[in-house]
Amino acid sequence: MSEQDDVAARIKQQIADNPVILYMKGTPQMPMCGFSMRTVEVLKQCEQEFAFVNIIADPSIRETLPKVSDWPTFPQLYIEGELVGGCDITMELAESGELKKMIDAAASKAA
Amino acid sequence: MSTAQTIHDILVDSLSPLRLDVIDESHQHNVPPGAESHFKLVVVSDVFEGKSLVARHRMINGLLAEQLAGSVHALGLHTHTPDEWAARGEQVPASPPCRGGSKAEGGH
Repeated sequence: MSEQDDVAARIKQQIADNPVILYMKGTPQMPMCGFSMRTVEVLKQCEQEFAFVNIIADPSIRETLPKVSDWPTFPQLYIEGELVGGCDITMELAESGELKKMIDAAASKAA
Repeated sequence: MSTAQTIHDILVDSLSPLRLDVIDESHQHNVPPGAESHFKLVVVSDVFEGKSLVARHRMINGLLAEQLAGSVHALGLHTHTPDEWAARGEQVPASPPCRGGSKAEGGH
C-alpha cells in the first residue's frame, strides 16, 4: 500500500469512528484560520462533544483529505460519516437550527 | 486577465446566474497586495434548484479547480436559488477575520 493509501485509510477510519469530526486549521482552543474558528464556534453552541484533527499539525492529512473527499478547502465537517461541508454550509445549517438536530441525532445514536 | 475576472467569466458561462458577486477579500488577510488569494462568491442561480449545499459547492469548486490549485486559497461560497435569495432578504453574512493560518501554509 502506498503512503497515500495508508493516510486515506486512516482518514476513513477517523470519519467512521467519530460521529462528529472536524478537520480544521489549528485546534478548537486556538484556531489558525477564521473559517475554522467560526465553524468551531457554532459546533460548540451545539453542546455535544466533537472530534477534531489539526491539519496544520498533520500535513499528510492536509494533502490527502481533499482528494478523498473531493472537497478542496478546510475546514471540513463530517457527521455520521458524511461530509456536511465547510464553514459556509455549517453556518447556514446552524442558522436554520438544522445543525444542532443533526449533531444531537448523531450523539444519541453513538451513546 | 485578473483571477477575479476569470472566476466571473467561468461562472457566468456555466451557471447563468441571476446575481453574481466576486468579492476579493485578500486585503483582509496576511498576503501581499494583489495576491487574489481570498474570495467570497455570492451566486444566485436556477441551476441550484433541488441540489444540496454540498452539491452546489462541489459544482463551483469543480468549475474553479484550476484557480483553487493556483492563487486562490480561500473561497467563501453563498449559493442560493432565486426563491431562497428572496427569502433571506438578499443578505450575505460577513466573512470571518483572518487568524494567520495562511501566512506560512496557504490554503483554507
